[in-house]
Amino acid sequence: MTDSITLEVTRYRPEEESEPRVQAYQVPLRSEWVVLDGLNYIKDRLDGTLSYRWSCRMGICGSCGMTVNGEPTLTCSAFLTDYAPGPIRVEPMRNFPVIRDLVVEVGDFMRKLPTVKPWLIRDEPRPLDLGEFLQTPAEMDEYAQFSMCINCMLCYSACPVYGLDPDFVGPAAIALAQRYNLDSRDQGGRDRRDVLNTAEGVWACTFVGECTTACPKGVDPAGAIQRLKLSTALDSVKSLLWPRGAR
Amino acid sequence: MTYPAPASDFQPRWYRRRPSTFWFVERRSYQLFVLRELSSVFVAWFVVFLLLLVRAVGAGPAAFAEFVSWSGQPWMLVLNVVALLFVVLHAVTWFALAPDAMVLKLRGRRVPRRQIIVAHYAVWVVVSVLLAWLVVA
Amino acid sequence: MTASVDVLVVGGGGAGLRAAIAVVEANPRLSVAIVSKVYPMRSHTVSAEGGAAGVIAADDTADEHVYDTVSGGDWLCDQDAVEAFVAEAPRELMRLEHWGCPWSRTPDGHIAVRAFGGMKNKRTWFAADKTGFHLLHTLFQTSLSYPQIRRFDEYFVTTLLVDEGRARGVVAIELATGRVEGIVAKSVILATGGCGRIYPFTTNANIKTGDGMALAYRAGAPLKDMEFVQYHPTGLPFTGILITEAARAEGGWMLNKDGYRYLQDYNLGTPTPSPVMRSMELGPRDRVSQAFVHEQEKGRTLESPYGHVVHLDLRHLGAELIDRKLPFVRELCQRYQNLDPVTELIPVRPVVHYMMGGVGTDIHGATGLPGLYAAGEVACVSINGANRLGSNSLPELLVFGARAGAAAAEFASEVSLPAFSVVSRIYDEQQRLERELQRHTDGGERMADIRTEMQDAMEQHVGIYREGGALAKAADKLQELRERFDRAGIDDHSRTFNTELLAAFELDFMLDVARCIVACALCREESRGAHQRTDFPRRDDDRYLAHSVIHRNPDGTGRMEYAPVTITALPPAERVYGR
Repeated sequence: MTDSITLEVTRYRPEEESEPRVQAYQVPLRSEWVVLDGLNYIKDRLDGTLSYRWSCRMGICGSCGMTVNGEPTLTCSAFLTDYAPGPIRVEPMRNFPVIRDLVVEVGDFMRKLPTVKPWLIRDEPRPLDLGEFLQTPAEMDEYAQFSMCINCMLCYSACPVYGLDPDFVGPAAIALAQRYNLDSRDQGGRDRRDVLNTAEGVWACTFVGECTTACPKGVDPAGAIQRLKLSTALDSVKSLLWPRGAR
Repeated sequence: MTYPAPASDFQPRWYRRRPSTFWFVERRSYQLFVLRELSSVFVAWFVVFLLLLVRAVGAGPAAFAEFVSWSGQPWMLVLNVVALLFVVLHAVTWFALAPDAMVLKLRGRRVPRRQIIVAHYAVWVVVSVLLAWLVVA
Repeated sequence: MTASVDVLVVGGGGAGLRAAIAVVEANPRLSVAIVSKVYPMRSHTVSAEGGAAGVIAADDTADEHVYDTVSGGDWLCDQDAVEAFVAEAPRELMRLEHWGCPWSRTPDGHIAVRAFGGMKNKRTWFAADKTGFHLLHTLFQTSLSYPQIRRFDEYFVTTLLVDEGRARGVVAIELATGRVEGIVAKSVILATGGCGRIYPFTTNANIKTGDGMALAYRAGAPLKDMEFVQYHPTGLPFTGILITEAARAEGGWMLNKDGYRYLQDYNLGTPTPSPVMRSMELGPRDRVSQAFVHEQEKGRTLESPYGHVVHLDLRHLGAELIDRKLPFVRELCQRYQNLDPVTELIPVRPVVHYMMGGVGTDIHGATGLPGLYAAGEVACVSINGANRLGSNSLPELLVFGARAGAAAAEFASEVSLPAFSVVSRIYDEQQRLERELQRHTDGGERMADIRTEMQDAMEQHVGIYREGGALAKAADKLQELRERFDRAGIDDHSRTFNTELLAAFELDFMLDVARCIVACALCREESRGAHQRTDFPRRDDDRYLAHSVIHRNPDGTGRMEYAPVTITALPPAERVYGR
């Protein structure tokens, strides 16, 4: 087995160039190393000018999403040996503007997230002295999957609709809205509907399904969106037929 | 109280990659997706064809015969075979995705994906058998 | 560019988010902002796994939680702070539940609690084994419902602004543009977390570089109990990734190379098939980590390509329990160790995990510098004393985040905005940062090498067991590294998202914090909790039942003194585990 592997890394320094270019680096091919370890080796030993985000290196903080050999990937969870003999193409996440090298601008998601009201909405706040809302394990299972989102945005990177129509609210934001919609303690379904039941909400989605494929945490945002389409459509029909009674 | 701004601000230039018109070519999953979307056109064609057939039936035996010979032309046959393939693709892909939209619970447990898909095919078979019997008998 | 707010929170993790919400709730007319070098959902709170302790079971009492915490801290905890903490923790955790946190439940829908190390009763609330993840995301998403909370995401704070003896705000670099921004404030809350990255093997993320501790130290707020660094007994050998204590709480065993449950040799009780509270694998972290060192000295640990390890055995727990209670542990082992804990042994070793020491605060989160508050791992109140019990730090974020928020809000409503003179300090800092940006490599050293040498020196000389001579060597080494750092350079001189410059600032902070750790460790000539001296193996309450406090002298060296520990209901006694 060779002891090194080539990483072809997209570089972009806005102060120096107007277009990205590719730079190749040789890094040691160690069995326990992930792509992120390769990038750290480059930065520490070869070229300190390479910029990228990372933090926890255990797949829970969502910082290190990039495009590896064309696939949206968390570089802390992708082992070099899985790509051997290489070379490995490392590019920034797609569908986001590139600030620098492998760092993309994610402000769009950060602005969209609050619009879907991803927090528990109650008609009346519950006094602390009354203790917890009762919620059985079965009720928790209803939304548990959608609560696993680490906001890594690989789903946005994978979604062709988002790539073509940046106004689309997007998979992760809608999945988080659905997480609260399905939480038995929540009473905010109607509040979220106004944002979700729009042309840029669930109806922009054409169910390509790439978001679910890309998700490293098994959240299934595509499923969340389709279920929401069904439930909002049914609600629209209900409110047409029973304008006052629908809730 | 306002504070003065310092001398120079630097605003970097973000790079935005233009999505290509043929974005769907680069991945198999995108290709399949576009084919699936395209299949709706052929579904629409079958609807139109069916309406033409109904109109021909209603307009009398002569019109019906004309319709049948028109449908028998080679290019029509090719078109309808292609359309049939696309409609089958349409049905297969949408049946496969049905469990994502329909989350059913029976006695507290989620109905497995497989059963939902199988149920769709079962209904399809039943309806098809029914229609075939109506037409033939 | 300069912005101004009433209360500025530095750090967007559990403590920072809770503090910001507390400010809004205390006084909705105050403006509050969170400045963080990463987006809040990336904060290291997200990696916490095991749980958060709060007394809710019918057979549990606050007094017992206090006793467990104080004895776990080897009597270095301020007992008034612990009492307040224990009283407020359940309410804070319940508040999180009302905000939507998916705490795991009993079959009838009530909050479930589990056992945890050093605790006599089951009182640890948990959200599967991703408690920190759910806590952080619940807090972050709830914070989005408060439009008054403004955020400066991906701004790196380089200095605290101090004028006329008060904290007046910060200067920060906007990473995306390289723009240097002054943010003036009436009060500042530090919630920047710990400093695990000073060591080479740590559960901590890359961002845990002791920024807030160094910022406070340089601004004149003293640091407290810096020598107390916690090693978590079960980290994976290469990556240092955390295998939660919950694995032991659910019944996991620690085995040496002979398959023997070695903790029984270290005054931690006798082995039983299922876990017994405060005994064996449920002992406090410092004692369990220390046992590893002794086993290694006796040659009873296993050699792995990444150093010595012991085994964590979860096989007897069964796949069903592991998938239900420890799914993330299983996933981490499969991905990073290529093994399945259901059928195989997990290699583990002690890795640096938590910093008991930090910026000294009172029970309201106020530091030694007026207008500066601190909460969370960056602070030392102290409720953790010489050793923190597992599942106490998540409620600490909430309780003291809320307290610091309320106190900072009160302070801000009583004072006026900083005077114009603070602007000149902002300009000074901008000049300094320009110079830092232009540092050339020119055959000088790489920052990465200095960082690696610092980490190795800390692990070698300031580890689980310390000794005067080794500590002195560490002090000299850090002095040498500081000089080499001042002469070292960076490759990257661009302004846009310059992470190399960031890493240089972080290394600068880490060197300061490391020196404080070594100085405090040298002065404390006793063994207590996580600070063990082979040359002073006894606990010495006569001389050292006190907090180490270190102030910065103008020339950068530290000045040590000792501050008394508040003792209320529990006079110092022996720590007893296993019986």
